[in-house]
Amino acid sequence: MTKPVSFFRGLMAAAVLLSGSVSAAGGGIEMESAQVDLGNKGSLQRGAALYMNYCAACHSLGYQRYSRMAEDIGLTEEQVTKHLMPEGAKFGEPMNTGMDPKQATAWFGKPPPDLSLIARRKAEGADWVYNYLKSFYVDESRPMGWNNTVFPGASMPHVLWELQGSQHPLTEPKPEGGHCPKGEVNGQCLTGFSIPEHKKGSLSAEEYDQVARDITTFLAYVGEPAAAKRESIGVWAVLFLAFFTLLAYFLNKEYWRDIH
Amino acid sequence: MNAIERVVNNATDWFNQRAPGFLPFYRKHMTEYYAPKNFNFLYYFGVLAMVVLVNQIVTGIFLTMHYKPSAMEAFASVEYIMRDVAGGWIIRYMHSTGASLFFVVVYLHMFRGLIYGSYQKPRELVWVLGMLIFLVLMAEAFLGYVLPWGQMSYWGAQVIINLFGAVPVIGPELTEWIRGDYLVSDATLNRFFALHVIALPLVILLLVVLHLGALHEVGSNNPEGIDIKKVKDEKGKPLDGIPFHPYYTVHDLFGIGFFLTVAAFILFFVPTFGGLFLEYDNFIPADPMVTPAHIKPVWYFTPFYAMLRAVPDKLFGVLTMGGAVIILFGLPWFDRCKVKSIRYRPMLHKVLIALFAVAFVVLAYLGMQAGSPVQTLTARILTVFYFAFFLTMPIWSAMGQTKDVPARIPDHD
Repeated sequence: MTKPVSFFRGLMAAAVLLSGSVSAAGGGIEMESAQVDLGNKGSLQRGAALYMNYCAACHSLGYQRYSRMAEDIGLTEEQVTKHLMPEGAKFGEPMNTGMDPKQATAWFGKPPPDLSLIARRKAEGADWVYNYLKSFYVDESRPMGWNNTVFPGASMPHVLWELQGSQHPLTEPKPEGGHCPKGEVNGQCLTGFSIPEHKKGSLSAEEYDQVARDITTFLAYVGEPAAAKRESIGVWAVLFLAFFTLLAYFLNKEYWRDIH
Repeated sequence: MNAIERVVNNATDWFNQRAPGFLPFYRKHMTEYYAPKNFNFLYYFGVLAMVVLVNQIVTGIFLTMHYKPSAMEAFASVEYIMRDVAGGWIIRYMHSTGASLFFVVVYLHMFRGLIYGSYQKPRELVWVLGMLIFLVLMAEAFLGYVLPWGQMSYWGAQVIINLFGAVPVIGPELTEWIRGDYLVSDATLNRFFALHVIALPLVILLLVVLHLGALHEVGSNNPEGIDIKKVKDEKGKPLDGIPFHPYYTVHDLFGIGFFLTVAAFILFFVPTFGGLFLEYDNFIPADPMVTPAHIKPVWYFTPFYAMLRAVPDKLFGVLTMGGAVIILFGLPWFDRCKVKSIRYRPMLHKVLIALFAVAFVVLAYLGMQAGSPVQTLTARILTVFYFAFFLTMPIWSAMGQTKDVPARIPDHD
């Protein structure tokens, strides 16, 4: 089963490359691949837990139901009800937040957006989420004290700072009329981030990458819950139709034998 | 005579006595419709357009069972279909992929007509009816694109409806009348839904019947552009014709199978097709307060959109865009060439037709781009070429030495 799937993934990559000239025309910044694997149930489950802990208080997943999530990522109703759902929520309900929009506006300027489709609304797809989660840096000029090179001027503070630590940007002067491939900070080109010794987080860089990847995988799943099923059904659908086409080819040949 | 044959014969007799016209109708359009034996792969796209039409109607019916045509609920109902309706995502992707493939197939079908001169006498009416289908299809696709009520749906509708504002005197009132409101709103979505699911599909179905009816009156053209009705056997059957059924039904079965395989690959592995079939901005709910950075139509409208943008004046831009579609209706009367098929035409014709095809594709590309000065200049040159191709056709199509068209279809074609 894995073999045909990887073959189709390759074909798919080729198709996307062919159509990619359009989507690549954005002139944005380089994105690191999140290497999302929607078949990785462990990553999805960790991502769901991280999301519920760190994101769900502010960001709803208004089109996604707890029950749908439980079934798709391999959790029981009891596990979800006990460990993931906030007090008072029901298993069949959408994953809404308890935050009052009026209060949210007072705190952040506007209510935090719903993230159901965050992985689908950019040309970079889920990679955008991954890079966003890794690109927070300390910026005292911002109301929350945080800024982000992937989404400059974001109103969201770095909620994962205890895990990652506090990043400071490393920059170099911007070339004349040039473009910063990794993003910009105060008119300078970003080269990377450093975390001072006394501001280290509880996780190593690799561990934090995995946290960002798990959340990204979970949000990629929420963006299109059918995606994993889509590909596994797709293999059989395409093979069936290809076989049908082959039969039709020979049937046609048989009928046309007497036409010259 | 065995029992089965007896039952079949009795049933046929029973039917013939009560509906005597049915069997002759079937013969006329299937078993005794003689089609040229030399169709190539470009002749699949007519039947493929029918397959896609059926797909759009059937999947559309299932979508309407769950879709809510209200500004408050439309976007959420599409996500409900994608997540909570059993098999909903397959139905939705079949419909969205089908919409794009409809235009792929129809553009190739029209290109086939262009290069083999299928619009020439006596098939002018077939061409005009086909163009009417294309026109209504564009309206149908536009209306359908608004229904998911994403950002591109909303702002695309805003831009397209505002084009009618360029009409002198009544422009502003006309756009209000189309929207049913001062803005694109719930009222607009409701009427677009009604037009999309019932009004225009009925018109398209009627036009398809007329298109096929007109074709079967005069018979099909072929890649050689040879009139097969000129050489008949003693029974009046064209020597180079073969019965549509069973020869072309099995032939089409293969073409349909191949097409569905490709369609299934797109549907299951790249349903958004890199942002071309389903656009990224349309995964954001419609927001009248936030204008997207770059509003552009879906890929199949972009050749015409590029021509609209190429003209600095709004009214003339709209006239150019409309004219680019309307001018296609005149093709049968612009072409003065003695032969139909590109195969027997002089080099000049081949080059111009090839350049026209390239210009169309490049315009499609330019219509997707933000529009740098070089791109705008290119779009202007190509727009002029697009119109010049048709308007000067009466002159250039009469020029050059054509090759002699044989009476019979050559072997080993």
